[in-house]
Amino acid sequence: MAEAVKSCECCAEEPTEEELLERLDAVIAEYKGKPGALIPVLQLAQGIFGYLPEVALKHIARELRKPYSEVAGVVGFYSFFTTVPRGKHLIRICLGTACYVRGGVAVMDAFKKQLGIDIGGTTEDRLFSLEIGRCFGACGLAPVIMIDDDVHHRVKPKRVNEILAQYAEEPVLAETRSA
Amino acid sequence: MPTLTIDGISVEVPEGTTVLQAAKQAGVKIPTLCYLQDVQSIGACRVCLVEVEGARTLVASCSQPATDGMVVKTNTGKVRDGRQMVVELLLSEHDGDCQVCGRSADCELRTLANDLGIGDLRYEGEKTFKMIDESTPALIRDTGKCISCRRCVTVCNEVQEVGGLFAQGRGFATLIGPAFAQDLSDVVCVQCGQCAAVCPVGAIQERNQIEEVWAALEDPTKTVIVQTAPAIRAALGECFDYPAGTLVTGKMVAALRRLGFDAVFDTDFTADLTIMEEGTELLVRLKKALVDGEQVALPQFSSCSPGWINYMEHFNPDMLANLSTCKSPQQMFGAIAKTYYAEKIGVKPEDMVVVSVMPCTAKKYEAARPEMNDSGVQDVDIVLTTRELGAFITQAGIDFRSLPDEEMDAPLGISTGAADIFANTGGVMEAALRTAWEIVTETPFPFPNLHVEPIQGLEGVKVASVKVEGAKGDWAFLEGAELKVAVASGLGNAQKVIDMVKSGEAEFHFVEVMTCPGGCIGGGGQPRFTTKEVREARIAAIYREDEGRELRKSHENPAVCALYEEYLGAPCGEISHHLLHTHYFEHDRV
Repeated sequence: MAEAVKSCECCAEEPTEEELLERLDAVIAEYKGKPGALIPVLQLAQGIFGYLPEVALKHIARELRKPYSEVAGVVGFYSFFTTVPRGKHLIRICLGTACYVRGGVAVMDAFKKQLGIDIGGTTEDRLFSLEIGRCFGACGLAPVIMIDDDVHHRVKPKRVNEILAQYAEEPVLAETRSA
Repeated sequence: MPTLTIDGISVEVPEGTTVLQAAKQAGVKIPTLCYLQDVQSIGACRVCLVEVEGARTLVASCSQPATDGMVVKTNTGKVRDGRQMVVELLLSEHDGDCQVCGRSADCELRTLANDLGIGDLRYEGEKTFKMIDESTPALIRDTGKCISCRRCVTVCNEVQEVGGLFAQGRGFATLIGPAFAQDLSDVVCVQCGQCAAVCPVGAIQERNQIEEVWAALEDPTKTVIVQTAPAIRAALGECFDYPAGTLVTGKMVAALRRLGFDAVFDTDFTADLTIMEEGTELLVRLKKALVDGEQVALPQFSSCSPGWINYMEHFNPDMLANLSTCKSPQQMFGAIAKTYYAEKIGVKPEDMVVVSVMPCTAKKYEAARPEMNDSGVQDVDIVLTTRELGAFITQAGIDFRSLPDEEMDAPLGISTGAADIFANTGGVMEAALRTAWEIVTETPFPFPNLHVEPIQGLEGVKVASVKVEGAKGDWAFLEGAELKVAVASGLGNAQKVIDMVKSGEAEFHFVEVMTCPGGCIGGGGQPRFTTKEVREARIAAIYREDEGRELRKSHENPAVCALYEEYLGAPCGEISHHLLHTHYFEHDRV
C-alpha cells in the first residue's frame, strides 16, 4: 500500500502502464525463485496499480512461471485483492460478528446511500470505494470501519458525512453527494 | 515400522504410510472419493473418515499418517453416519442429471451413495453454480456437477504441469476452472483429457460424437472408413468387463464391421509410415549436423501426441523447430485415406468420412486443427475415444464378448509389431531404433527380442544410448556415433527433459514424448479407471501383440512399401512433405 501512496505523491502525471510494469518487474526480480513469492508480489502489484489488472496478473504469471489459473485462484480467494479499479480511498465496513450485532449493517447502508454506490463499487470521481471487511481485531470498539489505514470506531450512521469530509478534497464530495 | 490395529487386525506398515494404505494392507476397504492413488491424498472430501482412539473427531484416513499403537475403527455407527452425511451433503449441492448423465454407468459419487446405503436425501439447498463450457473440440465442462474434489486440479498442475484448471473463488462459491471463468479454449489447456479421466462425476467429459458417426453411417452417399489407434485393442475389452490387459483386436474389428463401416483400418499402418518419415527426418538432421556442419535443431522431438504439440506451442515456443514435422499417425492416416486410398477405390475425398478411434481426447482437437486438410477437405472427420466406442457398440446391440476374431482390411489395415508399441511409453522410440538401425547398418537389430530394455516401463523419464557399429553407404558418417535418446511420458516429465536439454545438463539426439503417463494406453479417452496396475497390464498386452507378429519392423510393412512405390516416392519426399508433414504455431503461456 505504501507504494501506491508514493506513486501518487511524487508523480505530477499519471504513470503509464509501461512505467507501472517496470515497477512491477523490480518487485518480481526481488521475489523470483523464492518460495511463497506469489502473495507478496500480488500485494505489491496492487499497491503499484491500485488494483490487479489483467495485464499485471498475466505478467506475474509469466515471470513467476505460475499458471494463470493459480494466480487468478489466489486473487479470487483473498478479499483483499481486487481486479477492478478502486477509488483513491478504500472504505471497508466490518461486518464481523461484533460489528454486525452493534449496527454494522446500518453503517454500511449509510455509506452506500451517502456515496451512491453499492458494495464493491467506486464513486464516479474515483475518490471512494466501498467494501465489506471481516474482523479487524477491534471488536471492543464495534462497529468499526477502516478507511485506507485509518480505523474509525463506534461509527454511527449519522457520523458518516463527518468522516467522509476528512477524506474528500473539496468540491468532490459535494458532487458525489449530488450524484 | 509402526504397528497399528485396524478393526482388530494388527498390521505393521512402513514409516510414512497413511491409515488408508494401512487399511488396504490389512484387507479393510475404506471408501474414498477425492483420493487418487500416487497423486492426491488431501482429505478434501472427508468420505474416508475413520475413528481413531483418542482423537477428538473422526479423521480422514487418506491424509492421516499411521503411527505406532494407533487403534483405528472403520465400521462404527459414528463412522457410518459421518460418511453418509458427507455424501448426502455432496449430493445436496450436486446439480446432476443422473439418469441421462454420461457418467451414469460409472459415476463414483453415485456408486458411493449406493455403497453407503443412502436411502433418502435429507438435505435440500442451493445447487452448485452451473456453467457449461463447450468451447473446445475435445472436452465439455459442467460446473454444476463438480464436487470440488480437486483431482483434475492436481493432475493438471502437478502431473501435466499445464495449470489450466485451479480452484477459483472461495467457500460455497468455489468453482474449479480456468482463470476468471474463461473458456478452456482461451487458456493453456492442451486437451489431454487427464482431467476427464480422473473426474469422479460428470463434471469433465469428452465431447460425445457417437451421433455424428451414426449420421455418417446412415448417409448412403458417404464411404465411411474407420481407423483404430494401437492402444484401443489393449483397453476396449474393459468396457465389456474383460480384465485390464486383455487383447481384443479381433473382436474390435468384428464389432466395427458390424457397425457398418465400409472398411476397417488401422492407425498402426500410419504408425509404421511415421517411423519411415520421422526416422528419415532424424537421419537427415544428423547428417546436416555432423557432416554438413549446418545449424539444425537437435534433439528431434517426436510429434505423435497432440497434447504434447499443444504443450510445446504454449510453453516452449522457442523449441518448435525441435519438433519433428511429421504429422501424427492419425493425421497421416486421414491424409493418405482421402488421397491414395480414395483414388484407389474411386471415391472423391469429400464423399469419404474418416472416423478415428483414439485413446485420447486431444485427438478430437487435432483433427479439427484448420491446417489438417491436405486432402482438400478435413482429413479426419470424427474422433471417438475408446470409451465412446464401447458405448457405441453397446448402443448398436452388439454382444461384444460373443464376437468372432476378424482381420483388418487391406491395404491400410496392414501393419507390424513396431506400430503396436506406439501405444506405450518407449514404444515409438523402440520402433524407430529397430528401423533406423537396420537402415543404417543393414544388419539385424541386435537387441534381445527386439526390445530396448532401458526405455521400457512406467518410469517418467528414461534414457538410453546406442552405439552405431557397421554403418554403411550414405550413413557411414554415423559409424561409432553414440546415439543418445530420451523417453518421457506425462508432460511434467517432458518438461524435465526439456530443462535438461536447455541447461546443457544432458544431450540427446531423439526424444520421444507421450502426453499421458505411461503413454497412450493411459490416455484421457481410455476406459476408467486407469491405475498404475491397469497401465502395466495394458502395456504387457501391447508387447504381447507385438511379439506375436511375424513382422515387427516398420520398414518391413509391405503395404507401406507399396505406398512409397505407388504414390509417395521416397520418405520425406515432395508428396510426403505435402501430405504427411506439418508446421506449428507459437502461443502464449498464460
